[in-house]
Amino acid sequence: MPSKTDLLDLQFIDVRHKLIDIAAFLDRIDRHPGEQDHRYEALKNALPLLLTDRPDRARAVLESFSDHTTTLPQSAPFQGASGAAKF
Amino acid sequence: MDHPSQHSSSFYPLSPIPYPLSPIPYPPSTIHLFPMRYIEPHGHMVSRTTDDYEKLALSGCEAICEPAFWAGFDRSSAAGFYDYFRQLTEYEPKRAAKYGIKHYSWLCINPKEADDPGFAREVMSIIPQFLDCPTVLGIGEIGLNKNTRNELAIFEEHVQLALDRDLPILIHTPHLEDKLKGTRLILDSLASFSKLDRSKIIIDHVEEHTISHVLDAGYWAGMTLYPESKCSPHRAIDMLEIYGSERLWMNSACDWGHSDPLAVPRCALEMKKRQHSAESIEQIIYQNPRKFLSQSPRFI
Repeated sequence: MPSKTDLLDLQFIDVRHKLIDIAAFLDRIDRHPGEQDHRYEALKNALPLLLTDRPDRARAVLESFSDHTTTLPQSAPFQGASGAAKF
Repeated sequence: MDHPSQHSSSFYPLSPIPYPLSPIPYPPSTIHLFPMRYIEPHGHMVSRTTDDYEKLALSGCEAICEPAFWAGFDRSSAAGFYDYFRQLTEYEPKRAAKYGIKHYSWLCINPKEADDPGFAREVMSIIPQFLDCPTVLGIGEIGLNKNTRNELAIFEEHVQLALDRDLPILIHTPHLEDKLKGTRLILDSLASFSKLDRSKIIIDHVEEHTISHVLDAGYWAGMTLYPESKCSPHRAIDMLEIYGSERLWMNSACDWGHSDPLAVPRCALEMKKRQHSAESIEQIIYQNPRKFLSQSPRFI
C-alpha cells in the first residue's frame, strides 16, 4: 500500500491544479453579470464538506448535489440533468 | 510550452516536493504487467470508429460487451430499433472480429426512450426475435433516467422478460443528481421480484454515494470511467480499495459523448502506480467481468 507521501508525490500537483481551477471558477462567476443559479449555490454548499474530518467526503459531496425527493412524476418534464438538484 | 514534468527537480528549487516524481518501488509482481489482457464490459461501439477497435486491440482488449442505449436522439419508430438490434447482433461482431476482439451485446429499449410506454412496448415486442442470436448475453442496459413512473413500468417489464428467459441483466443508473434517487428506486423495484438471482444482475455507473447500496443488496456493481461525470480512475481505485473487488468491474462506457475507449487500461496503469499487484489488476479488468459474463453460456 502506498504511503501518504507516495500519493502526494503522484497526485498533489494534479489536485492543486484542480483546486485552483475551482477558485478561479468562483471568481469568474462572481465577476460576471446574471441571475442566481441553483448550480452555483449547490457548489458553494458542497465546498465546506471538504474541510470536515469525515472519511467519506466524496460521498457527502455527491449526496449534497443529489435529488432527495421521493415523489415520482408520471413522465419526465425535461430530459437531461444539470448536476445539482433544484430545490 | 514545456510541461513541468519535462524539467528536473531543480526547476522548482523552493519546492519541498520532489518533481518529477521519485520512483515508487513497485512490487516485483507488477513489473511485467504490460501488455495485459482485459475485457471491456460496457462500450457503445456503434458510436466509435474502426481506429478505436484497433486501439482497443493494441491495448490488450479481448472482448467488448455492448448494451443497447440511447443514440443521442430519440428514434422515430420501432423499425429504427430493429435496424439497431441488427447492427448490434450482426455488424458489430464482424467489425470487432477484424481486430481479434469478441463482441457481445445486451438488448432493450433504453430508459430515456422508455418514458413513452406505448412506444417502448412496441420496441420490446421485437426484442425476443433477437434474444437467440449467438452473441446476445442478456437484457440491458435497462434502468431509469429521470425517475418517472413510465420508466419504472418499462424497467419492470424488462426485468420480467429476463426472468422469464433466465437471462442476466445490466442496469443503468441515472445521471448526476438523479442517480441516488434512481438507484434506490431500482433496488426497491428489484426487491419485489422474489425469484430474481441477484448474482446475475449488475448495476452500473455506481459512485461513492450508491456503491454500498448496490453491493450490500447482493448485486454486482459497475464503475464507469468518464472524463467529466461518473468516476475518475483515482476514485474508482479508491472504491476498489474500500469495498474490495469481489463483485466489481470497471468500464469505459465509451459512446458518442465525451468518453475514452481506453479508460480501462488507463485505470489499470493508475492502479499500477498505486502499487496494486498485477494479480489484483487482472482480477478487476479481466477475471471479474469474465466471471459475471460467463453466467451467460454464450460468453466464451
